[in-house]
Amino acid sequence: MRVPLSWLSEFTELPKDSKPEQLMAELVKIGLEEEEEHYFEINGPVVVGKVIEFVDEPQSNGKTIRWCQVDVGESEPRGIVCGASNFEQGDKVVVTLPGSVLPGNFAIAARETYGHVSDGMIASVKELGMGDDHEGILVLSTLGLDPELGEDAIKLLGLDDSAAEINVTPDRGYCFSIRGVAREYSHATLTKFTDPAAIEPVSGKGFQLKIEDKSPIRGRTGCSRFDLVELSDIDASAPTPAWMVSRLKLAGMRSISLVVDITNYVMLETGQPTHAYDLDLLTGGITVRRANNGEKLKTLDGQIRELNQEDLLITDESGPIGIAGVMGGESTEVSFKTKRVLIEAANFDPISIARSARRHKLPSEASKRFERGVDPLVADRAIARIAQLLGEYGSAKLTGFGASFQEIETPAEIVLPTGFASELVGVEYPVELQKEILEQIGCQVKIADDLIITPPSWRPDLNHKTDLVEEIARIDGYHKIGSRLPVAPPGNGLTEKQQLRRKLTDSLAASGMVETLNYPFVSEQENSLFGEKNSVRLENPIQEESPEMRTSMIPGLLQAAARNISRGLTSGYLYELGSVFIANNDSKPAEFPDTASRPSESQINSLNEQIPSQPEMLAGVGFGDRELAQPGSKSQTLDYKLAVDTVLRVADLMNLEFEIRNSENTGLHPGRTADVLAEGKKIGFVGELHPDLSDHYHLPRVSVFELNLSEIWSLIQPVTASAVHTYPAATQDLSLVVDENLDAQQLLSTVIEGCGELLESIRTTDVYKGQGIADGKKSITFALVFRATDRTLTQEEATESRNAAVALAHKLHGAELRGV
Amino acid sequence: MSEITPDKIAQVIAEADELLASAQDIEQLKALRSKIIGDDSEISKLNATIKSLPNDQKASAGKLIGEAKGKISANYAEKEQKLLAEHKKLQLQKEADDLSAYANMKPQGARHPLSLMMEQVSDAFVGMGWEIAEGPELESEWFNFDALNFDQDHPARAMQDTFFVSPLDAKLVLRTHTSPVQVRSMLERDIPIYVLCPGRVFRTDELDATHTPVFHQVEGLAIDKGLTMADLKGTLEHFARKMFGEEAEIRLRPSYFPFTEPSAELDVWHPQAKGGPRWVEWGGCGMVNPNVLKASGIDPEVYSGFAFGMGIERTLMFRNGVLDMHDMVEGDMRFARQFGVRI
Repeated sequence: MRVPLSWLSEFTELPKDSKPEQLMAELVKIGLEEEEEHYFEINGPVVVGKVIEFVDEPQSNGKTIRWCQVDVGESEPRGIVCGASNFEQGDKVVVTLPGSVLPGNFAIAARETYGHVSDGMIASVKELGMGDDHEGILVLSTLGLDPELGEDAIKLLGLDDSAAEINVTPDRGYCFSIRGVAREYSHATLTKFTDPAAIEPVSGKGFQLKIEDKSPIRGRTGCSRFDLVELSDIDASAPTPAWMVSRLKLAGMRSISLVVDITNYVMLETGQPTHAYDLDLLTGGITVRRANNGEKLKTLDGQIRELNQEDLLITDESGPIGIAGVMGGESTEVSFKTKRVLIEAANFDPISIARSARRHKLPSEASKRFERGVDPLVADRAIARIAQLLGEYGSAKLTGFGASFQEIETPAEIVLPTGFASELVGVEYPVELQKEILEQIGCQVKIADDLIITPPSWRPDLNHKTDLVEEIARIDGYHKIGSRLPVAPPGNGLTEKQQLRRKLTDSLAASGMVETLNYPFVSEQENSLFGEKNSVRLENPIQEESPEMRTSMIPGLLQAAARNISRGLTSGYLYELGSVFIANNDSKPAEFPDTASRPSESQINSLNEQIPSQPEMLAGVGFGDRELAQPGSKSQTLDYKLAVDTVLRVADLMNLEFEIRNSENTGLHPGRTADVLAEGKKIGFVGELHPDLSDHYHLPRVSVFELNLSEIWSLIQPVTASAVHTYPAATQDLSLVVDENLDAQQLLSTVIEGCGELLESIRTTDVYKGQGIADGKKSITFALVFRATDRTLTQEEATESRNAAVALAHKLHGAELRGV
Repeated sequence: MSEITPDKIAQVIAEADELLASAQDIEQLKALRSKIIGDDSEISKLNATIKSLPNDQKASAGKLIGEAKGKISANYAEKEQKLLAEHKKLQLQKEADDLSAYANMKPQGARHPLSLMMEQVSDAFVGMGWEIAEGPELESEWFNFDALNFDQDHPARAMQDTFFVSPLDAKLVLRTHTSPVQVRSMLERDIPIYVLCPGRVFRTDELDATHTPVFHQVEGLAIDKGLTMADLKGTLEHFARKMFGEEAEIRLRPSYFPFTEPSAELDVWHPQAKGGPRWVEWGGCGMVNPNVLKASGIDPEVYSGFAFGMGIERTLMFRNGVLDMHDMVEGDMRFARQFGVRI
């Protein structure tokens, strides 16, 4: 809400020469947050002048300029070149003299143009910042003005005014009005408030009006008040007064015509949206009803709207003439020719209006106010104010013709126990103070054992005793609230999962990886890269090309990698911990439990079952070098082996056994990828990104892994230690020649089994193909460590154990001991 | 054949000392060992003559030679030790290197500062006995809105710039705040409840220097008997001092949130702010709205609670001088590397 200061000062004791900044500093104390200051950005000398005479001078560029002599109240007239021709000799105009500055930081100086020295400029409405009209210069008589020559035009036109813009929270609908802000200002400063709505209401009779809501929304009827009053003999083409134009402009509204400007002005002043119908264009009486299927309406913005059965309509005998509280229809729009208007001031149900505004994507000034609740008692006063202004500036007359419908509910009483505010806020509020504050904001207060409160008509947000507590606390001042540190019961600290997650991510960073936090929005194509999974789609994505939620973390990491590389960071190993999103295909929309009490366990379960599963994942993407060049050693390229190392490091850190099983995974190099298994279940994959994808992302060869941490957390068990045996170990190497298609992991498992319990550890140290090994075969070398728990092992025993493994490997895989 | 006399012995020892002195390094010494104390040495040769001596002289000669042998051996050992030490010293000198020539072997690793800040905040509250609660990022509207006193038709629901999941009638959203975790905590935990909910949240803002559609929040919730706004203020004050130093202060301004009543905006006095100490908008807070308590089955006539929340990105921006939101979301390694594992 933008609040022009001159306007506010009509109803409050705003100190003279206040600046928006000072006003906002007061308003923020009671909860109206400052947004911006608004000025006309015009500085003098800008004065009233009279065109004494002019000569039309055609130019070689086809234009005709006017060389004018303008009297600005000085001893001599000034010579001014003007490009416009919408004025006559003797017209009074606005002259911006050299030294003045116009909006857009446009400095005026005496300058030579079209063969003359133009000693200033005759300004248009647009140049003055009052509106968009650039058809010609502003002739002051069109605003009904006949000022003295040389008079300060900035003051004359209200361009010295300024506005404070404040953020109105959804509970304070009444602050979408000067009336509401003025009231709040008086609360903040404890100064006098004059209610702009405290004027004699007007009403009319005799017009046919019917209110029939056959399908109220959520049990609430759509219209609780509807007032219509006729104004006749209007001069609709009369100018809007300049002060009103400038106030509307500062408030963010464009001047359109006298009738429209006045209805807008009164809405801003009182908070009551109103509508003016051209009475001569209406057909019969007015009926307020819900729309029928298939009905249409051309609204004021020229759009044809398909109406919905929930839309509340204003209709006449011709059909719909407006969507209630949202926008009027074109057929009954007022024009400069309008002679008789019917002014509507109504009160509509917030929910009905909110739904219509959303449905038709028409968040209008009217709907914004109705959605938040409009004071139901102000309608006839708003009409009175319109009649007054239209009478003054458009010679309109009240005829007494009109209609009125009222089914206003009185606000319910609220019981406020006298100690409740103090209990909730922690400040002692004497009963008298509570009463005083609540009366100040407009409540009626009865003191019994408790305080019995009737909220004012403009505060539909006050429904519960805690709402009143906030009023007491904010008017008394939040700065009076003390400080006390509550003592929580002994807590359990971080959960095991939270601790492990931290240890894991810290370890990865210590190993040289860099944590990233990537957007989870991806394209359909990206989601299909790493396996087909049911993806979740967004209704309103930020970017049309990324409408899905990620099913894998890798695409986001690849984009981050590409960004680093494009910025010259050629080596890196990025990782992310986060969620992926897997849709439940057969989930049905859940029945939402009522919020008046705790939902049942089965209701909670059905809500939860409907939510897509969101496993926690850990993924990494590496590129460039794993070790950097330095004196004495060359750089080492990062490849899929490092990704395998990382995966196994995770297993080590979490004290789990992972199996790396060669496999095929979409999106990965067909010969360089493996599944990661834990307890026989696939929990991720590792390998090299498919080179085609590397090209697609403008990346070099990239190594990737992705692990399902949720699965990993589910495997975590308390560790049971076994004894550390200290008898000497016997070490042996073992090279076996096998078919080249046999996976090292399989042979290793066989060797472990064959060696039996003496084997303490085993590691694959070499895989060799080539000279000395037959085609189609390969040699795999293992380093074996044997140890007995109860004695020093002899080499013979170790050899015997090893030979058993050789025999088993021969039996199972046809393995032969490699000849020495 | 020479006689074994004390003079002769002294001469043999002197000769051995000369040989020892001639050895320049450990290699030479080893080569001379045989001549000094081994089979080729004078003392060994002299020793061999003992057996031809008359029996009555054997004992005294043997004693003389034994003493001499001991002396030569000791001298040899002393020399050997000296030369070994010199040898080692020389070797170490040869191995000397300029360590200042080496940098990290591996590229530098780092945590993301937003994660670090969430951990730091969590620790501040765990230290007060609070627990850390988590929940899904893609939520049912019931948890994200309905249970938090956002009426389905209230304009506050539109305030949140929500990402909706298709189809709309599934009523699923990307959570617009971590408050649904508060609802889950109230449904799952026993009172008193003191939980902190850090996490990722989503709103349909375009990425620019100060906005991002995906960001992080930390929210706190306390439900107990007799909690007041003073408890809220005390908690926030303590937290602010953990984050911004002992001189930090907080200030509450009236505001509106559907899930709290009374509600407040929270400003923090930031003593180390760039350009001098000042008030900075930090977050929102208030006393838990009775409708929220009821939706979770908590009796508002018996219990009260407070809640607060703030953006991690924003906090990192003004606390650690981050100027542009892009730095936090783009994954440029240089950004995280400025922080290492601490903020």
